[in-house]
Amino acid sequence: MSLLELRNVSASYGPAQALFDVSLDIAEGEVLALMGRNGMGKSTTVKAICRMLPTGGVLRFAGHDLAPLPSHRAARLGIGLVPEGRRCFAPLTVAENLTAAARSGDWTMARVCELFPRLAERSGQVASTLSGGEQQMLAIGRALMTNPRLLILDEATEGLAPLIRAEIWSALTRLRDGSDMAILVIDKSLAELRRVADRAVILERGRTVWTGTFETLDAATTDRFLGV
Amino acid sequence: MMRERYINAALLGGLLLVVFWAYTGDEPFTITLATRVAILALAGVGLNIALGQGGLVSLGHAVFFGIGGYAMGILASHAQSYQPLTLGPLVIEGTKSMPLIWLTAMVASGIAALLIGLVSLRTGGVYFIMITLAFGQMFYYFAISWPAYGGEDGLSIYVRNGFPGLNTLDPIQFFGLCFALLLAALAFHAAFKHAPFGLALNAARQSPDRAQAVGLDPTRLRLIAFVISGVITGLAGALFADLNRFVSPTMFSWQLSGELLIFIILGGTGRLCGPVAGAAMFIALEHWLGGLSEYWHIYLGALLLGVVLFAPGGLIGIATRREAAHD
Repeated sequence: MSLLELRNVSASYGPAQALFDVSLDIAEGEVLALMGRNGMGKSTTVKAICRMLPTGGVLRFAGHDLAPLPSHRAARLGIGLVPEGRRCFAPLTVAENLTAAARSGDWTMARVCELFPRLAERSGQVASTLSGGEQQMLAIGRALMTNPRLLILDEATEGLAPLIRAEIWSALTRLRDGSDMAILVIDKSLAELRRVADRAVILERGRTVWTGTFETLDAATTDRFLGV
Repeated sequence: MMRERYINAALLGGLLLVVFWAYTGDEPFTITLATRVAILALAGVGLNIALGQGGLVSLGHAVFFGIGGYAMGILASHAQSYQPLTLGPLVIEGTKSMPLIWLTAMVASGIAALLIGLVSLRTGGVYFIMITLAFGQMFYYFAISWPAYGGEDGLSIYVRNGFPGLNTLDPIQFFGLCFALLLAALAFHAAFKHAPFGLALNAARQSPDRAQAVGLDPTRLRLIAFVISGVITGLAGALFADLNRFVSPTMFSWQLSGELLIFIILGGTGRLCGPVAGAAMFIALEHWLGGLSEYWHIYLGALLLGVVLFAPGGLIGIATRREAAHD
């Protein structure tokens, strides 16, 4: 049974429709890559799942209908978001960022700091003074502190130095292997997605145009929909 | 952080020193002024939780101050006249006991804050300011047209209410009581700021969308903060009425709400002892400049302009050389 199920989802920004027909499923413990070129609706799909936009179609999470829920209620069901652009609570320290989001469960501050030792070193430092990579680690840690059943990462490695990106991907691999949390990951690095994700969904102009495993993803499809 | 702690300690210690000097020099009026600072700072601590932590610019906080004042006035006047207060089947004897009056003031202010918050927190920004102002004016005009409790003339209480083991008519003892409550409120605020709830409220103030994405409900957080804020301000109102042994509709006035905001802005928004610094500065200016000119508010305005333009961290921000409140 799917943990997250989207069927024929549509969404608009005011009069501008951004999603027309998005369908996808994620099972418990599965890692799904959401791919597509810029402006094809990946981040809008994330916003739809997190209830940041009014939507049409079917959105179900762990048996609950997401459509009538406000954003915080969806998050409390177990959807943890690492938003594009990190967006930490800038004037709060690392420890305070993590505490503000904390909910009871397996993920504690100690466990987050074990995943990202840099956060332990910087625990008393104000978030706005962290490097981009550290802010990204904090954004992931903050989402984990909500003890999600589904972790969504929207362009988590964008604009980071190669070493930091490698550290983030390594952490994601450990998350995949060490928990039964489902992960929905959006990223531009096809090679890394291929290594981390079980399956992929490709969006084109607000529609799901391809779903499958990476073994079945051929060069013609990547060339046509991803421009790679 | 350490520096701000020293400044806070110096500020509170300074207030105690002034009172000690006034006590040894037999200057009861100065003790009364210091008591006023402590009470208004207490009201400011209440507003600071809503404004500094929650980002709620309330121009109606005098409602809670006035409710606290009238809770004291009504209960004490019925005790004074030996005539019970009859509310339908409920017959309430008045009381001259401060703890009972404080409890009533805090419960009444908390209920009012809950009801006002439920309505006003549906909006934000300038609309929130206008709705809280409207509530303030509603209470003000209601108090004016309430002849049973003095209407526009207000209500006098002849003897200050009592506290077990203390002679509250002695200025130094009454100051001690108010100062202890101020310290308790400051300790609560300090703990509140660093507690998960306070951090979540701070996060919701900075970015409601981001806060919601991690499962926080900004409206609920703000409502709870608004109620806590109202409760503390209501307690200050009861003390203020006891200090003056008088309550009047001016305790509900929008000018008073504005003054509470001024204390916080002057001292430093969100800073623990900001309201203490602001209230002390306000009372000092009122006392000294008020003796020189009846237009002393002009100087206060100039000071406020200077703080807003050149020292957004307030007086404590100047002393700590830090703009943002984070300790």
